[in-house]
Amino acid sequence: MPRLHARSGRGLDYMSLELKNVSKQVQGITHVKDTSLTLHAGHFNVLLGETGSGKTSLIKLMAGLDSLASGQIILNGKDVSKLSAQKRNISLVHQFFVNYPHMSVFDNIASPLKVSGVAKSEIEGRVEEAADLLKLKPYLGRKPHELSGGQQQRTALARAIVKTSDAVFLDEPLANLDYKLREELRDQLPDLFAGRGAVVVYATSEPEEALLLGGQTALMTDGNVVQFGPTSEIYRKPKDLDAAKVFSNPPINVAPVTKQGDTVILTEGIRWQVSDTVASLQDGPYTLAIRPNHVMPVETPAHSVRLDGHVQVTELSGSESSAHFDLHGHSWVSLSPGVHPYLVGEVHSFFLDPSHCFFFAPDGQLVA
Amino acid sequence: MRLKSLVPALYILFLMLPIYWLVAMSFKTTNEILAGFSLFPQTWTFANYHEILTDPTWYWGYINSIIYVTLNTVISVLVALPAAYAFSRYSFVGDKHLFFWLLTNRMAPAAVFALPFFQLYSAVGLFDTHLAVALAHCLFNIPLAVWILEGFMSGVPKELDETAYVDGYSFPRFFATIFLPAIKSGVGVAAFFCFMFSWVEMLLSKTLTAVEAKPIAAVMTRTASSAGYELGLLAAAGTLTIIPGAIVIYFVRNYIAKGFALGRV
Repeated sequence: MPRLHARSGRGLDYMSLELKNVSKQVQGITHVKDTSLTLHAGHFNVLLGETGSGKTSLIKLMAGLDSLASGQIILNGKDVSKLSAQKRNISLVHQFFVNYPHMSVFDNIASPLKVSGVAKSEIEGRVEEAADLLKLKPYLGRKPHELSGGQQQRTALARAIVKTSDAVFLDEPLANLDYKLREELRDQLPDLFAGRGAVVVYATSEPEEALLLGGQTALMTDGNVVQFGPTSEIYRKPKDLDAAKVFSNPPINVAPVTKQGDTVILTEGIRWQVSDTVASLQDGPYTLAIRPNHVMPVETPAHSVRLDGHVQVTELSGSESSAHFDLHGHSWVSLSPGVHPYLVGEVHSFFLDPSHCFFFAPDGQLVA
Repeated sequence: MRLKSLVPALYILFLMLPIYWLVAMSFKTTNEILAGFSLFPQTWTFANYHEILTDPTWYWGYINSIIYVTLNTVISVLVALPAAYAFSRYSFVGDKHLFFWLLTNRMAPAAVFALPFFQLYSAVGLFDTHLAVALAHCLFNIPLAVWILEGFMSGVPKELDETAYVDGYSFPRFFATIFLPAIKSGVGVAAFFCFMFSWVEMLLSKTLTAVEAKPIAAVMTRTASSAGYELGLLAAAGTLTIIPGAIVIYFVRNYIAKGFALGRV
């Protein structure tokens, strides 16, 4: 376990990026609310949130492309709040494929090294190395517009890894790629940054990507980091309803329930027994949330609570089928493996797994 | 099919007729021009061109014009570049009003400014210099160049700037080595429009010069008063006046439509 040893000394995992009460307003509109985070090297730090949730704004602040309204940014123990992007020693890859249009791929990758005055003999070797990692060797002589989208984004990634940055910001780098390329590049990303010692920040709007890239995840809504922690942990235990909503695709099913003794009542007729933590809660109204993959069209010992709903929309995506159904005025989604013969407009039976329900108090906090 | 090509052919003929007439006249003797209708020169003569290219009072008109037009183009583009960058990348108090106000300068007739410029330049000793005309033409060319360049610059994503800063480029280095190459067609179009409008402008250039910086347009009016009407000479001068514009158009021909839309296509 060499990584564990590194953490204790001045090793690769020593690098850190700390935000202290950072905020940003533009013309009276809050882009980033009072945010404090400590990000470490050695794993991916994922910013997960919908479009407009402030991911890009936060990255711009961390990269020094925007000035802070308040707070401090500390990179490896050094206050960089007032430093410009040029002086922060960082890399950035945008969602759109941004390369210098009049330069060849080689010159594009070499440009951060040339600017910082690296010797010519050294540049060549390092560019070759980066190009090799990103399979760009055959294209070094081409101009960016002569490349496919995937190759253009790989060029941008090569430019980000060619210099030894303290922090690397990836702002939805795969969002504009087609599905296959996205998967391919995403599998490669962890290897690309492993052992570099840089703090890697990865913004995405897809919960699936956060789960695949692992590490730590910060959930963002409306310029707020609502929860931050190890990715699998916050997936299993969302702090509040907002966090649960951000970390679910398709959207998490939400419905008001009443808890009475050891019974949870969804509506008249849909009720089930609970024990342990839920049973020990005070009686009263709660908000129930359950991920679509825990609502199945077939009954199993675990999926025991039956919901009869009018199917409104069905979707087939690869090996999964989803159905949107109406249950007493609330829209529910079921996501299950395999192909299911749903009939739109008909009543189908769905079964939820009570052991995977989240219960939120009226103020939105997770209680069970 | 015939009709389809006939209509544009007729239209082009209609457009080209005055230019053809000018060029044909320039190869005729003044006597032949005055004698009446003739489609081609009956007796070809190069005397008109010979006179213009050998008589300093004639060819200095061209040189003067080219000097102040070039000077104006350089000043206009150099001043417009940072201004357009500011309008394209930053928002500041009153930016939209200022931006529109710039263009309204373009709409005022040059005659309005002839008198104040004449008085001002006479007072500061700039009268009858190339710089005087070049500066006067900046009045309408800088706003135009700002508008054209702003359009082209806004077509370049802001992310390009950010990427360069993160890579370590200082602003001047980024501007010169990355941004300018990215908008070079825009610079070409802006320069072309400045050149064109300065080249064809006559009132200010005539008012602000006497001998030393007299433009070709002013020289051309001279023929009317010397030995009667030297129409052949005048036609040759006119033909030569078209040439620089035609040359410049050739270089920016692929971007000209975008330029007319002020870079906003």
